[in-house]
Amino acid sequence: MSLYQGIFKRDMQVAFKQKAELVQPLMFLLMVVTLFPLGVSPSPDTLQRIGPGVIWIAAILSSLMAMERLFRDDFQDGSLEQYMLSGMPLPAVSAVKVAAHWLVSFVPLLLLSPLLAMFLNLTVDMYIALVLTLLLGTPLLSLIGAIAVGLTVGLQKGGVLLALLLIPVFIPLLIFATSAVDSAALQLPYHAQLAIIAAMLLLAAAFAPFAIAYSLKVSQN
Amino acid sequence: MWKWLHPYAKTERAYQLCLTLQPWFWVGALVCLSIGTVWGLAFAPQDYQQGDSFRIIYIHVPSAILSMGTYVAMAIAALVGMVWQWRTAYMSMIAMAPIGAVMTFIALFTGAAWGKPMWGAWWVWDARLTSELILLFLYMGVIALYGAFEDKQQAGKAAGVMALVGVVNIPIIHYSVEWWNTLHQGATISKFDNPSIAPEMLWPLLINLLGFAFFIGAVTTARLRNEIVLRELHRPWVQALATEKVSKQTSGSPNVNLKEGS
Amino acid sequence: MLEARGLTCSKQDRTLFEGLSLVVKPSELLYLRGPNGAGKTSLLRILTGLSSPDSGAVLYNGIDISKDKTGYYQNLLYLGHKSGTNGSLSALDNLSFWLAQHNVSVPVNTLYDVLEKVGLVGLEDVPVRYLSAGQQRRVALSRLWLKPAKVWILDEPFTALDVKGVHLLETSMKEHVSRGGLIITTSHQPLSETAGEHRVFDLEYRF
Repeated sequence: MSLYQGIFKRDMQVAFKQKAELVQPLMFLLMVVTLFPLGVSPSPDTLQRIGPGVIWIAAILSSLMAMERLFRDDFQDGSLEQYMLSGMPLPAVSAVKVAAHWLVSFVPLLLLSPLLAMFLNLTVDMYIALVLTLLLGTPLLSLIGAIAVGLTVGLQKGGVLLALLLIPVFIPLLIFATSAVDSAALQLPYHAQLAIIAAMLLLAAAFAPFAIAYSLKVSQN
Repeated sequence: MWKWLHPYAKTERAYQLCLTLQPWFWVGALVCLSIGTVWGLAFAPQDYQQGDSFRIIYIHVPSAILSMGTYVAMAIAALVGMVWQWRTAYMSMIAMAPIGAVMTFIALFTGAAWGKPMWGAWWVWDARLTSELILLFLYMGVIALYGAFEDKQQAGKAAGVMALVGVVNIPIIHYSVEWWNTLHQGATISKFDNPSIAPEMLWPLLINLLGFAFFIGAVTTARLRNEIVLRELHRPWVQALATEKVSKQTSGSPNVNLKEGS
Repeated sequence: MLEARGLTCSKQDRTLFEGLSLVVKPSELLYLRGPNGAGKTSLLRILTGLSSPDSGAVLYNGIDISKDKTGYYQNLLYLGHKSGTNGSLSALDNLSFWLAQHNVSVPVNTLYDVLEKVGLVGLEDVPVRYLSAGQQRRVALSRLWLKPAKVWILDEPFTALDVKGVHLLETSMKEHVSRGGLIITTSHQPLSETAGEHRVFDLEYRF
């Protein structure tokens, strides 16, 4: 077990030594959200109506940027080869790495969320729903995203391709998450949406590590 | 089943299989499509509500069903390739991808054309159309990923993973979009839901469905043959095939006479 | 004993080698030679199990390495083109992480000793990124003294090393062979006498 703690610790260490790469996706998120009042309308009602969708779309887009970092360094400097030759089960290693990545790239997003909610005039009920969907949904983004990152890590120009692969896959999450926040706005229960997101998360947690390990192996070939 | 299928993991056998199947697929496609389309467009009764414009379902419905079906077939091929390490499985997966994407596009195009008289707009965010659009994105992702790799064997494996991720997602996307649709425009009745259809309307539809399936089979076998030849160019059997063809062509042509004369 | 049976590998639909078989016994140094693009790296990666051959198998002590990965990896040390060290971590951090990862416990003193041996005194805590190419290579090479592995697979280990570094590496290769270890290495410059006796295996470029 301490072995996995070691990986976790190392990934955190490396992440905090590359602070710029952590902050940039967040700044991107903030800027995308800022564009909407300017581009659509600053009227509080409109903002409240489009708010949940805007925040979630911005979160998905910024996650695509943050995601690239996940295996890139380890692939380029050969650490991934050494992981594979260490005899450690690769699915477990990838799961730990995804967890560490989620912690450094999505927890700051959660911390930023009150500001976003304020910008887009969300009510308190909506904000609570938003945080809940982000808590359940962003690990799902990380897990599914990591599969595609594993596949594209060996390619020179993987960035746009990553977005092409992942955006369609993230659509159900977007639908359920925004609808949960919309329901909260109408004071309706949104347990169903949360339950569906949680179910998708569990499904991904069960299968994604194996898919990630497989795709990393494909990239090594 | 296994014993029967296993030889086709070899590219040469797969090529031969394609060669034998392809003409049958073309004949099937030609016969079914001409019967189904003529029957559907000219002889099937009019819809009492939609008039003649409903006849587009004879194109729309088969292509929509088969666009999904082709994706599932791709995922099955990817799974076979992954489990048994068959190169031909990945090759057939990628042979199917563009034709599946074209089917999706046809479904989208005919859907939009049908939408114009029905809704008065070319594009409405109808649940089925939206799912088809996302399916098109999924196809594009698989094709783009395959194209991004230089080593096509690696490309096949990578695209296979994505096809499998997509196929798990298709039902989720389908139901989420349907649910999203009812949430936002509960009043609109989907024009694509035909709860009951008269048998004289149904028969041409089924024949056309079969015809489209044959057509996809024909194009897939043709593409698979190309893919195999392209990838196995250095193999003796491909070279033998090429020289055999060349000698057949030249044997009756004036070139040979010229050589003899000179 | 490391054995390859009937390996076939093709990259970008070009066959690099077909039906390649080789046996390397303990106390043997195999020097793999061939022009660029002949498939040396591909062969080494197949021998480590990092990539899988189109056909054929690799056996370690008679057991297929894809069947018993852990058994093989305990005894394997692979150094590839890439150093396997993270640029923003120090040599010490990198090595101690690598040791934990490969389940080798080494006292910290030994770690310092090895770093001294490869000539990195005073640079232990500098992020690897700031080291020169040769120094980075030395960080990677220090693994040779840290993990008690029987099988060394080294892909171009001499790249970027200075004369002293080459000498150090060749001596340690000879020592390893005399201890009953086996080495497979590639290199563009021929091995000198310091490296001891070795068998040459030529890999041709195929069209």
